[in-house]
Amino acid sequence: MDAAVTVTDLVVDRGRRRVLHGLSFAVPTGEVTGLLGPSGSGKTTLMRAIVGVQQIRSGEVTVLGEPAGSPALRNRLGYVTQAPSVYADLSVRDNVRYFASLYGMSPREADAAIADVGLTDAAGQLVRDLSGGQMGRASLACALVGCPEVLVLDEPTVGLDPVLRVELWDRFHALAAAGTTLIVSSHVMDEAGRCDRLLLLRDGDLIADSTPAQLRTDGRSDDLEAAFLNLVRAHEEVGASGHQRSDERAGSGAPRGSEQESLA
Amino acid sequence: MTATTIDRPQAATTHLSPRLTASTAARVLRQLRHDHRTIAMMLVLPSLLLGLLYLLWKDVPTFPGQESTFDRVGLTMLGIFPFVVMFLVTSIAMLRERTSGTLERLLTTPLARLDLLLGYGLAFGLMAALQALVTVTVATTVYDLDVAGSIWLVVLIAVVDAVLGVALGLLASAFARSEFQAVQFMPVIVLPQFFLCGLLVAREQMAGWLQAISDVLPLTYAVEALQEVGRSAAETGTMWRDIGIVAGAALLALALAAATLRRRTS
Repeated sequence: MDAAVTVTDLVVDRGRRRVLHGLSFAVPTGEVTGLLGPSGSGKTTLMRAIVGVQQIRSGEVTVLGEPAGSPALRNRLGYVTQAPSVYADLSVRDNVRYFASLYGMSPREADAAIADVGLTDAAGQLVRDLSGGQMGRASLACALVGCPEVLVLDEPTVGLDPVLRVELWDRFHALAAAGTTLIVSSHVMDEAGRCDRLLLLRDGDLIADSTPAQLRTDGRSDDLEAAFLNLVRAHEEVGASGHQRSDERAGSGAPRGSEQESLA
Repeated sequence: MTATTIDRPQAATTHLSPRLTASTAARVLRQLRHDHRTIAMMLVLPSLLLGLLYLLWKDVPTFPGQESTFDRVGLTMLGIFPFVVMFLVTSIAMLRERTSGTLERLLTTPLARLDLLLGYGLAFGLMAALQALVTVTVATTVYDLDVAGSIWLVVLIAVVDAVLGVALGLLASAFARSEFQAVQFMPVIVLPQFFLCGLLVAREQMAGWLQAISDVLPLTYAVEALQEVGRSAAETGTMWRDIGIVAGAALLALALAAATLRRRTS
């Protein structure tokens, strides 16, 4: 089997709002898949569903052949949340060593992970004394130390200077070359070009499952941002006619719930 | 480049693991280590408060042959302080895990939920042991607190009480959605137990239904155990039974806390 992650008809509600409207896609093994879309498009919710901490309404998420969130996956998957989720009152070293111990890794491997994100000089500092970018990298090291087969990263490059950002992307590609599957979210389109594959999300709908090259063709522009916009406009035209239909249906007085029940 | 074939000594499990419990406890203690003021407050505050009680009753005469009020209240407080302090500290610590995102992250790792909670219990239980040693030493030497039984038993009961506080704090924090709620769970959970434990009014003098409530509150048994140690030089069966009940209640609360800790949230 080729896909590291398979998502089928995934529907997620948060509160009364439907956040993901039945997504289906597959993430290939050993590649960097970019999850792109504006803020509020459902990127984080989708990532939470993949790592198995999101309650889902319906659909299926399979990671490495197992249902998302199953115990067997917890040693094989790493998750880095958007806000750095590390202990502010511990040093970088103590943070990474703690997560290392959870994955059955040694303190030596923890030090290697710290070096990988370029924090060796700051290893003894408390996380609360670090800059935002350093905190993000400390958080990343806590996931890297588990040597996960699937690495899910929520906006890992926010607030980083351009040099560090390039370094980090090189690191992601090195990991992918070694067989790791990476899912990286971003709301900056200039990072899209760095991904092997792209998933474009807007308002909880998947509007493209593609490669950067294909996206340029489909969006009729060499500029990915412009190509994305063109796709969004095309998608909205279809979506608008769809909404019109549902409005008519609501206007005719037939409650949608009862209609679905009668279908079932 | 074969990074995927790394040797994994621990197979993927989320079963209880003493190793993960211990490393979690060590992590919690390391977090405390950087917070000197909290450590100082944990160790010294109960002794100072006990001193205030000592001074309060110092010049109040006691009837001959009767236990002095300070001996009775002071000894009980040795069990109540660690319970209250550890309840509060734990609720806040757990809320921080939640709001910092570290809890969500931990739930994606091989750490079992009960490992996390036992780790907290172990770490704060150790702190409680140190706290109890300091408080008992100060109480018996500086404030002349009279304890008929072994002071090591007082320390043991204080630690079991602290673990009960940790367990109930962990359980309460599962229901707190905000810091304001978490803080208010303290009076909700702690004060009724304190009112009904037999310190303010002897249990025999309570209305029957209040006594029935008192019977199912764990702090009642902690206080009774301390009173047993205070009264008799020899270890009594009632005392051991009471310690067992408090420990059992703590374990029950930990299990409930693990059960209410959801991996998946909306």
